[in-house]
This record gives sequence, structure tokens and C-alpha cells, in this order.
Amino acid sequence: MGTGIFLQTTLNGLMIGGVYALVAVGLTLIFGVMKIVNFAQGEFVMLGMYISWMLAHFAGIGPYEGLAISAVIMFLIGYLVFRLLIVRVIGKKDEEFILLTLGLSIFLQNAILMIFSADYLTVTSSMKDSALSFADLTLTLPRIIAFSVALTAVAVLTFLLQKTDTGRAMRACAESREIATVLGINPMRSFTLAFCIGIALAGIAGVLLTPMFYVYPGVGTLFNTTAFVVVVLGGMGSVPGALLGGLIIGIVESLTGSYVSLDLSQLGTFVIFLIVLFFRPSGLFGKRT
Amino acid sequence: MLEINNIVTGYGDMKVLDGITLSVAEGETVALVGSNGAGKTTLLRAISGLIPVWSGNITFNGQDTTKLPAHELPALGIAHIPQGRGVLAQVSVYDNLLLGAYIPSAKSRREESLKEVFKIFPILEEKKTHLGGSLSGGQQQMLAIGRALMSHPKLMILDEPSLGLAPIVVDSVFKIIKDISAQGVSILLIEQNLVEALAVSSRGYVLETGRIALQGKSADLFNNDAVRAAYLGL
Repeated sequence: MGTGIFLQTTLNGLMIGGVYALVAVGLTLIFGVMKIVNFAQGEFVMLGMYISWMLAHFAGIGPYEGLAISAVIMFLIGYLVFRLLIVRVIGKKDEEFILLTLGLSIFLQNAILMIFSADYLTVTSSMKDSALSFADLTLTLPRIIAFSVALTAVAVLTFLLQKTDTGRAMRACAESREIATVLGINPMRSFTLAFCIGIALAGIAGVLLTPMFYVYPGVGTLFNTTAFVVVVLGGMGSVPGALLGGLIIGIVESLTGSYVSLDLSQLGTFVIFLIVLFFRPSGLFGKRT
Repeated sequence: MLEINNIVTGYGDMKVLDGITLSVAEGETVALVGSNGAGKTTLLRAISGLIPVWSGNITFNGQDTTKLPAHELPALGIAHIPQGRGVLAQVSVYDNLLLGAYIPSAKSRREESLKEVFKIFPILEEKKTHLGGSLSGGQQQMLAIGRALMSHPKLMILDEPSLGLAPIVVDSVFKIIKDISAQGVSILLIEQNLVEALAVSSRGYVLETGRIALQGKSADLFNNDAVRAAYLGL
């Protein structure tokens, strides 16, 4: 196979890697600030996809036009889940959040199955089949949009964390809840915000994926595994790590799918995962302890 | 200004403080000394609301703070520098300082506060882009004090500021504490370093296994035979 195919495959992987990064950044933000691993992150991607489908089906709003609405709805769902469930396990033993978020993941899958049945749904967009070509390379518009929006969202989050008082407070909570408290920061406020943003990012990823993926109740599990691999690969709690990890995994998965076998595309992911962890056990951007 | 009235508290079922009564007047520097395990840090944590008080009460400027959430105390004017300095290691020196002025009343004059702190501690301006954790012990203590000053506190609570510092650095830390006190800030200070602590304070309390064993003017405590025998080996 020629370099053309190699470049095309890499580029396709890079684009989808941006979306993986977005899911993983949400996961790593929640973990970094609250020390809680959200095992239901993939299910929130799935919810984002269903919201996108509902907006299209009932209101005729396309996925891209409705992106902001979907993000706000997901943020509010995040708030509800936080107030009703997550708040009970903050600062408790690890088993508690593991059982809670795993249970939430099963609940969300089955609740959606009950409401929407197991049918595969599709969301169409007028831009779905448009593509940009350059030399031998072709990129479909949904991939380009997904990549650009994902990267923009990560950039906005990075700015928020680094340059605003709200972000500094979240970083203070991430490092020490107690130090943050004696500085006058209400940790619960930072936790709420981190969780809602993390869920909104998963939702945005879901919306960006709908023109490319079927929407069905179990679709979130695809992204759960990938998101965990990306987060650990990048270093738990590191936003730049999750971004880089997402892009790498996207490319590796795409290349394995093309050159080895489509069924084995996740194999490459895990090979890279193991190699990186062998040399850097705390991940690419992880803090060595 | 700070009135602690017969408080009892501890961790889990274990009682650490058994009826402590203590006060700090406006502009006063008070030292709290005692051996390891006497409950000094626990007392400071109770004042800052980091652990709940079982009985008794704490008032600050007439307001009962016993049941207030810990994060509301800095806005009243209490700055707590915890043991081990409480510098955020993964956050830059500059951001550590800005976080010192997180409370609304301090945020509005953040820029001028920053200038003042950099004037007292030029090294912090030099290292402002470095991570807090990369500073030396003495520099971290300066950062912790500088960050507390950013909030313009009425009462500064220091938990063993000399811990783990070289003797020459300890001297400069106590000189800074004296300067802060001279500006009218009340100070409550825990120290193992009895000589320095009693030299910088006007009054002192000796804590022994959860109770106040002795209290009085620092000079008197320093000349007390029991104190000299127990803490100075004289």
C-alpha cells in the first residue's frame, strides 16, 4: 500500500482521535478534581447521541445546529446526577464510587433500551456526505467538524483551568481539598462544576459522533474502554495528556484497522497502551509519585 | 477578637482536646506551645473549621463561628497556614498567590497586594512562574506567608512555621512574623521552637494532653521552672 493510503488512514484516525480526546478530557477532569472515576462516562456519550437524535427527530434541529442546546442539556443532566448521586460518594472509599458509577452505567443503558428499544437509529445532516479533498486525500465534513469542535472545547477548558479564578480554584481542589478550603474555596462548588463540565464534554462528543455512528443503547461501551485507555495513557488527571492520548489512540486504531484487520483495531490500541505503560507507568503526562 | 470557650473535640471516638479556653486580642501575638501529641494542630484545625467541635464554642469578632463551614472563615479575616506550609505544589507561585486573594474582598485589590508581597519577598517575583513544589523549604514558607497576606487577614494562624527549616531561615521567618504583627495583624502561633516562639509573642499557652497546663505572659513562661525543665532541658 502506498503513502497515500497511509496518510489518509492516519488523518482519519487523527480526526476521530479528537473526539476520543474530548471524552477522555471530561473523564480526566472529573478524576483530577474529585478523585472519582466515572465508569458511566461512555453512557453520557450515548445520552449525548440520543439527545442529538431527539432534537433532529422531534424538532428538526440538525446535530451541529443543536450542539449548544445539547451541551447545555448534558450540563444540566450532569448537575442532576451530581446532586442526586455523586455527592453521596465524595470523600468516601473507592468502592463506593465504583459501584455507584458502574451501576449508573448499567441503569442508563437499560433505561434508554426501555424507552427507545434496541433499534439502531441514525441522525442525518445535510453536511454528512460533503467532503474536502486535497491532493489524494479526502476528509468528510463530519470528521473535520468533530475534530475542530473537540479541539476548540479542549482549548476553552484549558484556558478556563489555567487563566480564571474558577479554574485556579478547581486546580487547588484537585491538589488538596483542605488547602483549597483554608483559602476560602468551597470544594463542593468546584466538584459540581468539574463534574458538569466533564459530562457536557462527553455529551458534545456524542453529538459530534452521531453523523458517523449508529445510535443504540450499548454504543457507550465502545467509548468507555477507549476513554479509560486514553486517560491512563496520558496520565490520570492530566488534560494535555488526555488530548495527546486521544489523538494517538485514534491514529493507532485507524492504522491497525486498515493494515491488520478491522476486527482487531482495538488490539493496536492495547499494544501501544502496554508499551507506553511499560516505559512510563504513570502515563505520558503523569506525575511520578 | 478570637475567643475559644471550653471546646472539646477529637478524631472519630478519640478525644484530643478536653475543654480548651483561649483568646487572642486584637493586634496580639499569642504562642501555643507543647510537646508532640498535645493537640496543638487539632486546636488550630478546630478554629479553622476543618474538624467539627463536639462542645463549647468559638467566636471571632463577636460572631459565633463554631458551626460555620471552613471555607467561609477566610472571608471573615482568618488566614490559616497549615502544618507543612500548605503550598500547592502543582500550581505556579503566581497562581498560589492569586489564590490567596480568592475571597471577594481581597480579589478587588489583588494587583496592589501582589506588589506588596513581592516587595517583602522579592524571591517570589523572581520565581513566579515556577511550580510551588519546586521551591526550597524556606521559599515555600515565604510563599505560604505571602499567600496568607494576599487575603489581608485580621488573624493569621501559623502551624509550626519553623518546621524543617535551616536555623538562619528560621530567624528570617520570625522576623517576618514580627513585621506582620507590627502592622496590626493578630497572630496565633504554634511552635516547637520555644525560645523563638516566646520571644516573638506577648502571651503564651502551654498545652499538655488536650488541656491548657499553663498560661501567662511569654516572659513569665520563659522563666517558669517547669517550662524550662520540660521544654528546654534546663
